[in-house]
Amino acid sequence: MSHSTPWVARITPLCAYLAGAAIVVFARFVTAVRGNWQGIEPNSTQRVYFANHCSHGDFVLLWTVLPVKIRQRTRPVAGADYWLSSSLRRFIGCRVFNSVLVERNRTQRTQDPVTQMVQALDGGDSLIVFPEGTRNTTDAALLPFKSGLYHLAFQRPSIELVPVWISNLNRVLPKGEVIPVPLICTVTFGEAIHLGPDEDKQAFIVRAEQALRALGPDLDVEAAPGVSLNVDSGTSPNLGLSSSSNQGSNKSQDPNTSSIESSKREAS
Amino acid sequence: MSDPQTPLLLLLGCVGVVLIVATLIGQVLARRAPEGPSLVIDNLNARINAWWVMVILMGIAFLGGKTGVVILFGLCSFAALREFITLTNTQRHDHWALVAAFFIVVPVQYILVWYGWYGLYSIFIPVYAFLLMPILAALRGTTENFLVRVAETQWALMICVFCASHVPALLTLDIPGFEGQHVLLIAYLVVVVQISDVLQYVWGKLYGKTPIAKKLSPSKTVEGAVGGILSATAIGAALWWLTPFTPLASAGLAFVCTVMGFLGGLVLSAIKRDRGVKDWGHLIAGHGGFIDRLDSVLFAAPVFFHLVRYAYDVS
Repeated sequence: MSHSTPWVARITPLCAYLAGAAIVVFARFVTAVRGNWQGIEPNSTQRVYFANHCSHGDFVLLWTVLPVKIRQRTRPVAGADYWLSSSLRRFIGCRVFNSVLVERNRTQRTQDPVTQMVQALDGGDSLIVFPEGTRNTTDAALLPFKSGLYHLAFQRPSIELVPVWISNLNRVLPKGEVIPVPLICTVTFGEAIHLGPDEDKQAFIVRAEQALRALGPDLDVEAAPGVSLNVDSGTSPNLGLSSSSNQGSNKSQDPNTSSIESSKREAS
Repeated sequence: MSDPQTPLLLLLGCVGVVLIVATLIGQVLARRAPEGPSLVIDNLNARINAWWVMVILMGIAFLGGKTGVVILFGLCSFAALREFITLTNTQRHDHWALVAAFFIVVPVQYILVWYGWYGLYSIFIPVYAFLLMPILAALRGTTENFLVRVAETQWALMICVFCASHVPALLTLDIPGFEGQHVLLIAYLVVVVQISDVLQYVWGKLYGKTPIAKKLSPSKTVEGAVGGILSATAIGAALWWLTPFTPLASAGLAFVCTVMGFLGGLVLSAIKRDRGVKDWGHLIAGHGGFIDRLDSVLFAAPVFFHLVRYAYDVS
């Protein structure tokens, strides 16, 4: 796609548009994904969405639930090493998703990722970031955050930082599998946070982690391995860390209060 | 009834009139509400709107004949299975088994139904998928909750695929004097069972006092169930002209279908309550998921199919 003959240059945006539409349709077919706008409204406020990261499809799901106009101004931040490694990935990463590609290798990189992200924000776009820095393939709900989110919050304090929990995608496509299993996924948007006036890096990172973790499964997975049920998500309680031996703990909660949306419905 | 399409158009016309009346009532209620529309009225109107979409989709599928109906119910099975498996304990070691369930078992079952191979589609899932799934799970090597995982997957296939596929299977029956009109059997089954759900809801809202199973579903009451089942049975009897049945046989079949439908709703509510969710999914606004809307049809379809097959089919 880097060849810039006029013919290619003309056809590329159309291909990118169609590929984007196809990816959205496919994501909906497999996951019937639903955006759960708990803490914010879906509007054009400039934001940094920070999400948990279990799968290569995470940003696709987040992108899919955004309204089209917001989607066009929202750029995922992704690893250059992965997205530049083949021409198809380069096309999807650069043309379809308009990613901000950052170099993850500290010793070899020529550009500072935070500077790149700040530039993108100054251009008026919103960002999708995964502050864990890498895909979480462990049984823990979240890996410790890297500090990039703090630096973004510090350099552009007015921009909303929105925690986003993506549920169930790790069951759709477990590590090492190629064919996805269709399962219902939800993308939950929490309340925006900002860097406090006197807040230091460590305190902010902990607060950001907690804000994201609070949107995930109710139960502390690390304290009770195998517990799988998340009543809050409404549709997809099971995060794949399954067990039938300790389901009792989910039953006490009244499902009628589980989410704003479902409480509107009558039991049928 | 010289033209085989006439009864179907008449039925669609009746359903259209009912929906128009329901839409008008819903809009009037929403306008009249003193403090703005309440949640109940919002939900009612969302349900009515979703009914329009479902009726239009059914109508399009009927126009497409057997292929259209098989594709429609195949997609419903896919969506229902997606909802069901989401709530199970399956884990990453079930990946192959689940991929096989979605991408092999669902299409094969519906191709067999389309082909009309009764001998195979009636045992494909209960026998062959039943044996295949645990083999695939065992090959992946974990034993944790093995029986639970295998049983859940098998149950999901039985409910979401096997039972649902008996709706289009009605098209393959060989009923003398009824050639070319088989979609009417589907229309009859779906209308009777769904109207029973609606009437149970209405009777329950008007006169419901005694919960049938409080833990399962607070909205299912004895008054609602009895009123809904009996009035839907009467409607079923009144629709005998759509079918090869006599009015009395039509009443009997409608009664069996609505009772099975009611009990199916109860069973699937029990699963939801156990898993701590209120709805199976979110794709049908106001109703919840596909299984929330199909639950009663899923339980009624195989029973209706077999009764009709034994009493009317000559092949």
